[in-house]
Amino acid sequence: MPPAGKKPTLPSAGKKPSLPPGGKKPAGLPGRKPAGPGGGKKPSLPMGAGGDGAPAGLARKDFATDQDVRWCPGCGDYAILATMQRLMPELGVPREKTVFVSGIGCSSRFPYYMNTYGLHSIHGRAPAIATGLKASRPDLDVWIVTGDGDALSIGGNHLIHLLRRNVNVQLLLFNNQIYGLTKGQYSPTSEQGKVTKSTPYGSVDHPFYPVPLALGADATFVARTMDRDPKHMQAMMRRAHDHQGAAFLEIYQNCNIFNDGAFFEFTERNTKAHSAIFLEHGKPLVYDNGQRGLRLKSFALESIDLSSGKWSVDDCLVYDEGSIELANIVSRMSWQKDLPRPFGVFFREDRPSYDELVQRQIDDVTARRGEGDLAALLNGGNTWEI
Amino acid sequence: MAVNTQEKAVREIPEATILFAGDSGDGMQLAGGQFTLASAYARNDLATLPDFPAEIRAPAGTTYGVSGFQLHFGSVNVRTPGDEVDVLVAMNPAALKVSLERVRKGGTLIVNADAFGKRDLDLAGYNQNPLEDDSLKAYRVVRIPLAKLTHETLSDADLDKKTMDRCKNMFALGLALWMYSMPIEPALEWLSSKFARKPDILEANRRVLKKGNHYGETVEEFAVRYEVRPAKLKPGKYRAILGTEALAMGLIAASRKCGLPIFYGSYPITPASEILHELSRHKNFGVKTFQAEDEIAAAGAALGASFGGYLGVTATSGPGLALKSETIALAVMAELPLVIVNMQRGGPSTGLPTKTEQADLLQALFGRNGEAPLPVIAPGTPGDCFYAAFEACRIAIRHMTPVILLSDGYLGTGSEPWLIPNAEDLEDFAPSFATAPNRTVDGKDVFLPYVRDKETLARPWAKPGTAGLEHRLGGLEKEHETGNVSYEPENHEYMVKLRAEKVERVAQDIPPLEVFGAQEGDLLVVGWGSTQGAIETAVDACVARGLRVGAVHLRHLAPLPNDLGKILSRYEYALAPELNNGQLVRLLRERFLLPVASLRKIKGLPFKAREIEKEICDMLGIPIA
Repeated sequence: MPPAGKKPTLPSAGKKPSLPPGGKKPAGLPGRKPAGPGGGKKPSLPMGAGGDGAPAGLARKDFATDQDVRWCPGCGDYAILATMQRLMPELGVPREKTVFVSGIGCSSRFPYYMNTYGLHSIHGRAPAIATGLKASRPDLDVWIVTGDGDALSIGGNHLIHLLRRNVNVQLLLFNNQIYGLTKGQYSPTSEQGKVTKSTPYGSVDHPFYPVPLALGADATFVARTMDRDPKHMQAMMRRAHDHQGAAFLEIYQNCNIFNDGAFFEFTERNTKAHSAIFLEHGKPLVYDNGQRGLRLKSFALESIDLSSGKWSVDDCLVYDEGSIELANIVSRMSWQKDLPRPFGVFFREDRPSYDELVQRQIDDVTARRGEGDLAALLNGGNTWEI
Repeated sequence: MAVNTQEKAVREIPEATILFAGDSGDGMQLAGGQFTLASAYARNDLATLPDFPAEIRAPAGTTYGVSGFQLHFGSVNVRTPGDEVDVLVAMNPAALKVSLERVRKGGTLIVNADAFGKRDLDLAGYNQNPLEDDSLKAYRVVRIPLAKLTHETLSDADLDKKTMDRCKNMFALGLALWMYSMPIEPALEWLSSKFARKPDILEANRRVLKKGNHYGETVEEFAVRYEVRPAKLKPGKYRAILGTEALAMGLIAASRKCGLPIFYGSYPITPASEILHELSRHKNFGVKTFQAEDEIAAAGAALGASFGGYLGVTATSGPGLALKSETIALAVMAELPLVIVNMQRGGPSTGLPTKTEQADLLQALFGRNGEAPLPVIAPGTPGDCFYAAFEACRIAIRHMTPVILLSDGYLGTGSEPWLIPNAEDLEDFAPSFATAPNRTVDGKDVFLPYVRDKETLARPWAKPGTAGLEHRLGGLEKEHETGNVSYEPENHEYMVKLRAEKVERVAQDIPPLEVFGAQEGDLLVVGWGSTQGAIETAVDACVARGLRVGAVHLRHLAPLPNDLGKILSRYEYALAPELNNGQLVRLLRERFLLPVASLRKIKGLPFKAREIEKEICDMLGIPIA
């Protein structure tokens, strides 16, 4: 009975596989600039916010790849990418030690545009993959880039476990309150009643609030910023990076195609001042160009008018980012009437990171029992000679 | 009790099978394990089959709470836990009821007579006491008041009734050891270390064990005791080894031989958890174990570690493999090494968590979206789990691919005497990580992550931290060589075929298959996984009768070994016995266009050698001996 199986012939051993017809030539030189947003307003960066001419001798362009950026023209992601590329040289971390890990979604294309190591993985799983990477290679600087659907729907489980374990990575959650890559369904952060393609009569789902969720998962660093404020965004990215442990940074990001203007109230010039408040450690909670402040009344916050003469800055709550109680109150106030949306660092505490503890345990056990001996392991237990 | 100090006659027998059965809290696994150790010390060849319920402590006395431990030992080659039981030790009516069908006619039933009250019988679903009617007349029944004797032994000990009760497994063990002239010392030693910090419990167990051991001498039911001479095993140093233990050690050995530390991601699942338990004890080998939040994270973290240059390993059982599919497909696309251990169990869905089955072969081969081929290998015996795990790691790293290792519950919990390998003799297979650019494009040196090794088609492995080799991997289709995202139609087809060819080339380093039994002739049995022992026992019996029957056992299921077709062509008929509804047989029929016959058993239990022998005889048109 002769075998009838036929072996595939392609490609033959030892022969250099040829390029497929129509296949592109290998990539050209790195360093080509990503295409900028083709439409919409280009986010303007404040002077000095860029990082060109960093100590390491690297510049913003060294962190850009030769890949065409494929986000929609006008997408908030461009500003986030530009800010990251400007920040990178300032952090002083070598490119080869930096890894971007992402899941699936518009935001998760991010690693392709960063000239570092990168892994564009599968939907929702970036925190899990990054946990394995960081636990095995604590020497690497690991960034996770994710979105509201990726991190809070399909990957919700991994997100909370990454945070409670306190893996020493930075997680950037691009929140646009919509599913972009699948063309416009409501997301777990979309407001109730949201009319989308999948909810023509309005969404009945109650949304997640990412910041309180992260606090509830015992994250050791929780912050929020916005795509339209590159200076603040860069400061928050830097603080996230400086934090030893899991750093959770929510970034309000405009999806100009499917959810345009979701955050304009907080990000645009005419409304930002009285709708947004910037938390700063040790400073009173003041906003609206100093016209208004927040004071603690019982367990709630109250907006007070500092211009009427009735209240002064001294009446305002002084923020303490080491207080989980304050973080819990402030992170929840956004959805109360007449209170501004907070940005900045909500909470930060020191706790040994997972990767550090894993390595420490191995070192301790090895110190106590000695380096593992394979022959001794194989010959362990009850043995006998024949 | 009449004391008879006269020495009993000793009868030499070539082999025997004993089954300890009782409530899951009766300590039957422990008694069985200690009997195994004694048998190993007596230099017997042996094979064991623990059989326990999925519930931790099912209601006492019920049939679904019965826990059993079967051991087949002999001076001859022992390859299975035994088709039929010679001696059943039944701690209660439920154990008797569940296990009786496994006992050969004329076999011995040692029953705990104290546990046959009305309530015990009701719980087991007996309408009347089987010890009092003639339903057991085909067997030799030995009634022993185990509880009473245990309490008498400990009458002067300051222990509560429950603690005393828990010693009765030691009485049964002591008696069983006496019946087969086995040494009692290994069990005594084990007790000393187990209860080192509880001297009164230690003393109680020792006394009951010894009492059971002396009991055989003193009662008339036991006219003879048996002796099984040492087996003619290959000379060397041996240890008794469980499949899970062997598998974990195989991973550690591989880690040492490739120079990469293990990152082991796992979510607790029966029966794979034992590997996690075992590996987590060996942190001084640099093993990082990660008990993940779920199966997906376990696989994802292992893959993340592989990306970082570790030996990434994840393990699970059937339903968990389904959850890991998407991550495995990412490993196929990213072409990163990853070892996925699947301890198969009865399915589908939750199925039979503690029972064995081989029904995940097609899932392992094809259970991913898209064209996602990967190597699949399977161990054949508990001790072979060591070599299969080692081989899985070697293939994963040499060929830059995820590899699925298909073990099963029977192999994992089964044990056998294991010839300890010399650590020095194991092959080194350190990967050569990329350290420099591999192409010059427009006068610039660049690193292209999908340029391939000419021989294996494996792509280079560049660890993060290597300057100048920064690159991005991902699940989107890759452009040939550059690894850039590509949706080009021609490129996609090319890459799909390239990935398939890469897996096919694993066959280049599969050693020639060894044929067991007749090297050519009438019938070839083709098996894989844990059925090896039963198949070889059956083929042995056929060959002894002068039948021209051979067997090949497939370690590699994907790709199939290159010489399998030639071997098949040397026989008139082929038979593929499997613990599933016919999976390997489909592969063989499709690949070789041959009418391979199929023998299927889907009962959550391993094959009896006799079942395979009968099928061989049926196919050859002759009566079974």
